[in-house]
Amino acid sequence: MNIDATDRRLIAATQGGLPLTPEPYGEVAKWLSLTEDEVVSRLNAMIEKGVIRRIALAPNHYALGMTANGMSVWDVDDEAAERLGAEVGRLSFVSHCYLRPRALPDWPYNLFAMLHGATREEVEAKRADVAAILGPACQGSDILYSTRILKKTGLRLNDPGA
Amino acid sequence: MRRTPLSPGTLDSVDRAIINALQDGFPVSHRPFAEAGAALSLSEAELIERIGRLREMGAITRFGPFFDAEAMGGAFCLCAMAVPQAQFEDVMTLVNAHPEVAHNYERSHRLNMWFVLACEKASAIEKVADSIERETGIRVLRFPKLKEFFIGFRVAA
Repeated sequence: MNIDATDRRLIAATQGGLPLTPEPYGEVAKWLSLTEDEVVSRLNAMIEKGVIRRIALAPNHYALGMTANGMSVWDVDDEAAERLGAEVGRLSFVSHCYLRPRALPDWPYNLFAMLHGATREEVEAKRADVAAILGPACQGSDILYSTRILKKTGLRLNDPGA
Repeated sequence: MRRTPLSPGTLDSVDRAIINALQDGFPVSHRPFAEAGAALSLSEAELIERIGRLREMGAITRFGPFFDAEAMGGAFCLCAMAVPQAQFEDVMTLVNAHPEVAHNYERSHRLNMWFVLACEKASAIEKVADSIERETGIRVLRFPKLKEFFIGFRVAA
């Protein structure tokens, strides 16, 4: 990992969000006793390295009416799994898409795709869309709906300066 | 975080245009709100005001950089357990007591407890999963991510 202590301070300062002021990067720079140019170039470098995936607004999909979601899981032939996983991940209603190891005999599924919709019926329709993309490379599938949140804590990086 | 839909009519067409446009990205520049506002025919001040309001009403969950926690050095693993109904609350208490358990969901399946372990180092994942097995007497199936696919997810506002 090639981020330094200053990058980590920058991460700690912005992981709660950007300040809503005309010069947000300049404002963050002031907090950290850096220049705006340094903040901008460090952010761009972290975007380049993939440490920052994007700087953007995240809609609350619950507030916008997408209140149903299901973890769809698929048993996809290994040789086709990467190609098909990439296709499924590109769908606009899939928020997370991963290849994971099977746990045979309990668990034959290797592709996980979180599906979102306004209703469970809509989620089921989207599940059928995914099945159509996977076609004969898929040997079986299931969908797991969450019935209760048992624990939820944000993933936050410890501030090494704190 | 708000988990219920906003009542219809809460958002106007400008709010929706902002949400739709800024999910894809926000400039890294000296006056980014002026720049992003120009593309939406909004003044800098109006865009700032509206983003603040959208955040306050819970229409957006975050505005800023999204970090890849693994690229920053963390380790993560999705885990699942088949917990007998009679033991469910006790097992939940034991599992949740580990600070490495970042979130935990009950799901409709024989494997009915799904949680994510988040550790500073990869070696700690196995240790925590093993100790949950010892404490509960129930196998912890481990589903580390082999490959992540990016990501077309968009919410049409």
